[in-house]
Amino acid sequence: MTEQEVIELIDSSLAEEFELERAEMTPEANIYEDLGLDSLDTVDMVIVLEGAFKFKIREEESVRAIRTLGDIHQFVLTKVAENS
Amino acid sequence: MALEPVVITGAGVISALGHSLETLTSALLRGESGVRYVPELEHVGGLRSRVAALVDGIDPKQIPRRFRRSMSRMSMYAYLASVQALEMGEFPEEYLANGRTGVIIGSTLGSTETSERFFADYFTDHSLERMRSGLFFQLMGHSCAANVAQSLGITGRVLAPASACATSCQAVGYAYEQIAFGRQDAILCGGADEFHPLTVATFDILHAASTAYNEDPQQASRPFDAARDGVVCGEGSGVLLLESKKSALQRGAPILAEVVGFATTSDTSSIANPDVNAMYTCMRLALEDAGIEAHELEYANAHATSTMQGDIAEVQALAQLFGDKVPVSSFKGHLGHTLAASGAIELGATVAMMRRGEIAATRNLHTIDPQCSGVSLLQRNLQISPKYVLKNNFAMGGINCTIILRSYTHD
Repeated sequence: MTEQEVIELIDSSLAEEFELERAEMTPEANIYEDLGLDSLDTVDMVIVLEGAFKFKIREEESVRAIRTLGDIHQFVLTKVAENS
Repeated sequence: MALEPVVITGAGVISALGHSLETLTSALLRGESGVRYVPELEHVGGLRSRVAALVDGIDPKQIPRRFRRSMSRMSMYAYLASVQALEMGEFPEEYLANGRTGVIIGSTLGSTETSERFFADYFTDHSLERMRSGLFFQLMGHSCAANVAQSLGITGRVLAPASACATSCQAVGYAYEQIAFGRQDAILCGGADEFHPLTVATFDILHAASTAYNEDPQQASRPFDAARDGVVCGEGSGVLLLESKKSALQRGAPILAEVVGFATTSDTSSIANPDVNAMYTCMRLALEDAGIEAHELEYANAHATSTMQGDIAEVQALAQLFGDKVPVSSFKGHLGHTLAASGAIELGATVAMMRRGEIAATRNLHTIDPQCSGVSLLQRNLQISPKYVLKNNFAMGGINCTIILRSYTHD
């Protein structure tokens, strides 16, 4: 997958799961303050990403540091690169 | 201590015959049926009944996702009915979080549909890695009550009675007692259930589900009729807003009726079969609570689910109570059996009919079963505005429940 394809899959998966407006899904968007997610949603976010990319990230410490959509992009891109 | 008089100031309904109390009441008075053929039941092995009264036209997205994620369909129905009840009662938003407003809403089970979906996935590899955060909140026994309280910001007492078909009748009774005792000023009370083939199967394996009218679904539910052959399952929610009369008068709320009597008892003769004396005892206790005699009743809304045994037992108990002096009907010929929702849906409709001055007859009651004789069963709508009304609900597990209503006159 290209970097753009990875980002598109992340954004489309999260938009569908959390009913987000794509226009609001900028890399700078804070997932809590701007996109309105909460701690329960982050549990489901991990499951959505694991399902979309077929990797396991639930135990990863760095998941907890995620604050922005851009953080998610970078995290997943790193994981995808590690696994390829 | 003096007890607070309790009144009904609002009611909400999600049903196969409409998504408001007014719509439902008009449909019942017109004698409409919400029952239809359900093709998905063809695929359930061993199931003979193919009919049900299902709710249509609910857009889940009208509920904010933040609240909806923890809701199965039954909680959505309960939420929407609760919103209607608060609107009808013109209930001030600032009262919701004052600790004096509560929620008592129950269901037969947590969501069976959610449970089935989860286990269908789980059994593929016995992995919990795909389990969503909202799962438990849809499965828990107090899912409807908790979801209504959370989504509406209600901070008082939250209870979730679970007594199958008597659930919402008990919910109304328990709300009445808590308000009468001065512990809460207002309570959203009722029940909800969502359709699942397992519910139909529960009755079918006991030979208590309708199976003879699969080709003519609107004839399938026929309480007291000689040709009845069992329950038709329904779904939906009914929620009443109960309030202390003092609170309702202080804020100038519309008062629809008073709740003046309640009893609930356990029938230990059988976990499944009704007992005439146990039913009679429950009704007597409710009348005693209301401080009235049976002859003062002017209408009784029966539980009557269209089963062979249940309808006969209830008629015998009613006959023992007031003979043929009081008109009796059941709304399950129109709506099927909405299970945990039935008590509050039928109470709401009864209140609306008391105010309209017209009581709906039992749909499909063409030939009264000779074994259901001895009471005055309504085969045509009756133009009356009854003062005192009795409402029954009886449940498997030996749970009996009766509510007594009094019409409210503004004086």
